[in-house]
Amino acid sequence: MAIKDKVENNLTMMKKLLIFTVVMFVFGYAMVPFYEKFCEVAGINNLLQPDTLSQELETDTARWVTIELDANTRGLPWDFKPLQRSVRVHPGESVEVMYEIINNSDREITGQAIPSYSPRFLDKHLKKFECFCFTRQVLKPREVKQMPVQFVIEPTLPKEFHTITISYTFFELPVGTPAISEK
Amino acid sequence: MAAVHGDVHGHGHDDHHPTGIMRWVTTTNHKDIGSMYLWFSLTMFFTGGFLAMGIRAELFQPGIQILEPELFNSFTTLHGLIMVFGAIMPAFVGFANWQIPMMVGAPDMAFARMNNWSFWLLIPAALLLVSSFFVPGGAAAGGWTFYPPLSAQGGLGVDMMLFAVHILGASSIMGAINIITTVLNMRAPGMTLMKMPMFVWTWLITAYLLVLAMPVLAGVVTMLITDRHFGTSFFNAAGGGDPVLFQHIFWFFGHPEVYIMILPAFGIVSEIIPTFSRKPLFGYSSMVYATASIAILSCIVWAHHMFTAGMPTVGQLFFMYATMLIAVPTAVKVFNWTATMWKGEMTFETPMLFAIGFIFLFVIGGFSGVICAIVPIDIQVQDTYYVIAHFHYVLVSGALFALFGGAYYWLPKWTGHMYDETLGKWHFWLSMIFFNMAFFVQHFLGLAGMPRRIPDYALQFADFNMISSIGAFGFGLTQLLFVYIVIKCIRSKEPAPEKPWDGAKTLEWTHLPTPAPYHSFETPPVVK
Repeated sequence: MAIKDKVENNLTMMKKLLIFTVVMFVFGYAMVPFYEKFCEVAGINNLLQPDTLSQELETDTARWVTIELDANTRGLPWDFKPLQRSVRVHPGESVEVMYEIINNSDREITGQAIPSYSPRFLDKHLKKFECFCFTRQVLKPREVKQMPVQFVIEPTLPKEFHTITISYTFFELPVGTPAISEK
Repeated sequence: MAAVHGDVHGHGHDDHHPTGIMRWVTTTNHKDIGSMYLWFSLTMFFTGGFLAMGIRAELFQPGIQILEPELFNSFTTLHGLIMVFGAIMPAFVGFANWQIPMMVGAPDMAFARMNNWSFWLLIPAALLLVSSFFVPGGAAAGGWTFYPPLSAQGGLGVDMMLFAVHILGASSIMGAINIITTVLNMRAPGMTLMKMPMFVWTWLITAYLLVLAMPVLAGVVTMLITDRHFGTSFFNAAGGGDPVLFQHIFWFFGHPEVYIMILPAFGIVSEIIPTFSRKPLFGYSSMVYATASIAILSCIVWAHHMFTAGMPTVGQLFFMYATMLIAVPTAVKVFNWTATMWKGEMTFETPMLFAIGFIFLFVIGGFSGVICAIVPIDIQVQDTYYVIAHFHYVLVSGALFALFGGAYYWLPKWTGHMYDETLGKWHFWLSMIFFNMAFFVQHFLGLAGMPRRIPDYALQFADFNMISSIGAFGFGLTQLLFVYIVIKCIRSKEPAPEKPWDGAKTLEWTHLPTPAPYHSFETPPVVK
């Protein structure tokens, strides 16, 4: 084989491999929407969309579950607290609790609340119809805002759990961050 | 160091190339670049080793004595990064540079200039990693896997580390493209794929894994950088991102990466064992298929690194079974090596000792890998010293022992001089003893629950930690002996025999003089 052909062959090979490299780079990024979709379809980590009930739940009046409410902020000058420390409900019963946020600063701040549950698998037994955490919250300077969370604990919650905790943490969103619901 | 190189390649005097430092800066010769890769990785090996000595010194006794916790974290982080990206990977690329063109009968690598670039990219990356210790805030301290949120929060040191990883990744991709092209397009007439030496096969498959996995690493590093500086929220929970997503993308790179570090070691061992058993490699084609199967399986097991990160049971089961499946092709290789030795006329020179030591200890690391793959056990031992013991058995007594074996095996071919056999054997036995002393006890520490990456520990772990530290210091000191042996070999006046290993069958031994001339196979050999 002539030397020129050999060089050309090598360059063709390099081009193919470079294209493959770029494809794999893009693949890394493609994993982001892929995982998002995958989790949505599989119902994993579904923290930020309202749930719907497929059928009426039967209320298990024989059991009581205490729901402790917790609220935190991370790096933003807000006061954030539940208006009641805990509620006591029957599984299957629809509950509404109120939270309050106060902007202590003189600037408008956008925040996003992220839920966290204890026990960790609680999200499987928690159906949330309304929550301030589904969208970002914009607070004007010194504004006070009360917001509801509406949910139901399904009777499928294992019997040994008498007390569960629902916690929210507010994070500040930098200006220009697209809201989760817009993504 | 340049002077040492000058001596090694003094025989290249009839060729026209710049002399002094410019020879090394501008060289496109695969042997020069191979030597530079090997010296570079040896330097980084001692840099990472220094950090390891720091870690073991701190863990010598309970309490905080030498390293503040923050600095200790930087030590573990940079020890991992430097050993993986600076020592083991470039060392194998060094071997590839020296050996692949000679073993397939090619005059040089396919893209000689790019080869030079991929080496010189390593230097700024190494400087970034090492100098990050001296910037405000110190070096990255979130572990070599740089999970967010820690890596999203750290200071300048983290940026330097991320940039260094980017550069090292680019260098590896270029190296891999070079190797694939060389192997596929530049083989001598008659050298069909299934006649290639096993080392070339394992490197071909490794190079494919590199171009598959490294760009994903580049992607995830880029996401982390934009999260840190440009307001994106890939991994930032506050902006709707997910830190666990990082782990998934990172380990999609990270698991093939561990096979990138071990497959070329399999290749080196597959060259050494037949030579010193004076028999052809048993089950050559099954070796090729086993290597390919390991490579393919390595791409579908990444989530076994994150069993405790939260995953549906179905996912855990899939990744558990897929991981355990890797034991099958790996066992094929181990049985093939053993069968090669069976009824062979074996001699036990230093390369063979390292190769047998490799098989023996790598199998221990492989078995503890299968144990870690079992979900309930993994949940128990994850992030403990059991995992540390496991991956040091596959990376130190696996990858590193194979590198030592390969170095002793090919030193006569590279330098034209014989290494000191007695000292080589000392190097092996001391390494063997101290390695096991350092790492075997870590299995017990891990099973008893000692967590990794923590500078202090409960009192009941004290004795085993002291044994482990003494072993580690001994292992570290022993490696200075290796440097002495290599330099002594290079400086030796006595020429090596043309073919010091009578069982060697590959082209560099059968078709080239010793030492290998600066330019080899300008007219390709014909392979029957």
